[in-house]
Amino acid sequence: MTSDDLTRITVKEALRLLRLGTISSADLVTAHVERIERLDSKVKAYLRFTPELWEKQAAEADRKLRAGAGGPLAGIPMAVKDVLCVQGVETTAGSQILKGYRPPYTATAVQRLFEAGAVMIGVTNCDEFAMGSSTENSSYFPTRNPWDLARVPGGSSGGSAAAVAAGEAMIALGTDTGGSIRQPAALCGVVGMKPTYGRVSRYGLIAFASSLDQIGPFARSVDDAAVVLSVMSGLDALDSTSADRAPMEVLNSFDRGVKGMRLGLPREYYEVEGVEPGVKAAIDAALVVLQKEGAEIVDVSLPHSDYGLAAYYIIAPAECSSNLARFDGVKYGLSEVDARNITDLYMHTRRKGFGAEVRRRVMLGTYALSSGYYDAYYLKAQKVRTLIKRDFDEAFQKCDAIVSATSPTVAFPLGAKTQDPLAMYLNDVLTLGGNLAGLPGISVPCGTSDGLPVGLQVLGPQWGENVVLRVARAYEEASEIKPEVADVA
Amino acid sequence: MPLSKDEVRHVALLARLGLEPGEEELYAEQLSGILGHIDRLQKLNTDDIAPTAQVVEVASRLRDDEPRASLSQAEALANAPAQHDGFFRVPSIQEEA
Repeated sequence: MTSDDLTRITVKEALRLLRLGTISSADLVTAHVERIERLDSKVKAYLRFTPELWEKQAAEADRKLRAGAGGPLAGIPMAVKDVLCVQGVETTAGSQILKGYRPPYTATAVQRLFEAGAVMIGVTNCDEFAMGSSTENSSYFPTRNPWDLARVPGGSSGGSAAAVAAGEAMIALGTDTGGSIRQPAALCGVVGMKPTYGRVSRYGLIAFASSLDQIGPFARSVDDAAVVLSVMSGLDALDSTSADRAPMEVLNSFDRGVKGMRLGLPREYYEVEGVEPGVKAAIDAALVVLQKEGAEIVDVSLPHSDYGLAAYYIIAPAECSSNLARFDGVKYGLSEVDARNITDLYMHTRRKGFGAEVRRRVMLGTYALSSGYYDAYYLKAQKVRTLIKRDFDEAFQKCDAIVSATSPTVAFPLGAKTQDPLAMYLNDVLTLGGNLAGLPGISVPCGTSDGLPVGLQVLGPQWGENVVLRVARAYEEASEIKPEVADVA
Repeated sequence: MPLSKDEVRHVALLARLGLEPGEEELYAEQLSGILGHIDRLQKLNTDDIAPTAQVVEVASRLRDDEPRASLSQAEALANAPAQHDGFFRVPSIQEEA
C-alpha cells in the first residue's frame, strides 16, 4: 500500500491496520499532509493547519495503540470547521471580525473526539458565520469542488466536505443550521449527517441560530459517520439544550437492513421546483435499490413545505442578529478602538468586520424583531414552524423515514448565484425543514448527474438517528456506491 | 412590502451596523426582494397555532451552585483589542458636559 493509498481508505479499514500495527498514526498523518501539499492549493479546503496538535496527538495515539489501547478513533486524521473553538488555535468563523481570535477553551464535541484519539490536521473554510450554501461567503477565499474545480463545494461547511472528498482528511466536522452539512456532502459526494437538535452539545460552537444549529460529521462511509457521531453525542453540563440520552443509541440495529421498512416520499420534495432531471433520475434509481432490499415506498405529504424557506429566513436571521451582537470590538477580534465614542466603535467595527451576507442577515433579523414588525414576521414564522413540525409528525405516522434528494441541483459554477440571495437560499429548500423540526438527517452519495455527485437525503423522527443510519447504510451496501476520493485535476 | 432607505438606515442603527455609501439603496432592494418571498406567510391562518421557539422537549436543568474554577482574568483578557489595568478598554460612553 502506497502512502497515497492511505488517504483513500475508510476509518474502519484504517483502524484495522492501526490495531494490527501495519501502519501508524504518524504514517496516516504524513500521507494526508503530503496530499494536502500536492492538492490544497487547488481545492483550498483549509484555512490553517495545526502541526503542533497533529504531532502530539498522533504520537499519543501511536503510544496507546502499541499498548493495545486507544479509543474508537485512535490515530484518525480529522478536519474541523472554522466555527468550532479549539483552545489556542485561531478560530474565526470565516470572518474578518474574529481574525486572530484564539479561544481559551475547546468545544465539547471536539474535546470528545480528541479523547477518542482523533488527530486534528487543520481548520476548514466555511461561509462567514456559516451563512451560505457555497462557501463563497468566506471572507478569506472560496473553496473549490474537488470533482470540478470550477464549481462550488456547497456550504456552509464546504471546506470540511471538500477535505474529505479530496482525501485531505479522513473525517471532518461541520455544522448544519439549514443544510450546511448535508448539502455540501451531496455536492462533494461524501456522507454528511445532521443529528437531532440536542444530540450533540453546542458548547464551543460559535452560534449562528441557536434553535437550529447542530454539529455533525463528514466521512466516506456511513459506518464511519456513525462512529464519529456516537463519540460526540450525549449530555453536556455546559449546554442546557443537550439531551440526556445514551450516545450508543444512535447505533441501535443500524446494520439490520431496510426489509419491511416504510420509506415516505414527500410529493412536495419529489416535485420541488427547480429539481434537475439528472438529480431526479439518480433518486429514482436509489428508490428502486431500496425497494429491491425490501423497503416499501409510501406516498406522504408535507403540505407546508412551500412556507419553509420563508419561515426559516425570518427565524434564522432573527437569532443571528441577536447572537452576533457580541461582536462589538471590545472583547475579542477586530476593533476600531480609536473611535470617538462607543457607538462609533460598534458601527465601524461591524461595518469593517462583517461581510455582505452576514450584514444582510443581521439587518433582516433586526427588522423582523423590531417594534411594529415582531408579530407580523417573527411570531408568524414561529407559528408556521409549528405547522411544519406537525407536517413531519403526521408523515412519520405513515412511514419510518423520509427520503428525497438532498439538493435540487448538483454543484453549480462559482459566481452563478452570488448576486441573487434568494436563488442561493433555494439550495436549502429540501434540508431546512429538518432543522425547523429538529430532525436527524443524512446525505449519502447516490450516483452522478453529468459527472457530478448527487446525494440521497434520509430524514428520521427526532432521536431516530439509528433509523436514518440504517436506511443510509442499507442503501450504501446494496447500491455498491462507495464514496470515492476525487482525483483533483 | 418594500423597505425605504429611511427604514434601512433605522434598522442599521438598531443593529449598530455602519453602512458604506450606496448601501442603503442596495439593502433596500435586496431586503425588499427577500421580504417579498417571506410575505407568503401572511396567506396562512395561524390564529389558533401556538408558536414554536424550541423544537425538542428538553426539561430545564439546574446544576448545583458550587464554586468551581473558571477562566483567569489574564485568560479572559487575552483576546482583548485594548485593555487597561485588567479591564477591557473602550472609548468614552458619555460626552463631556
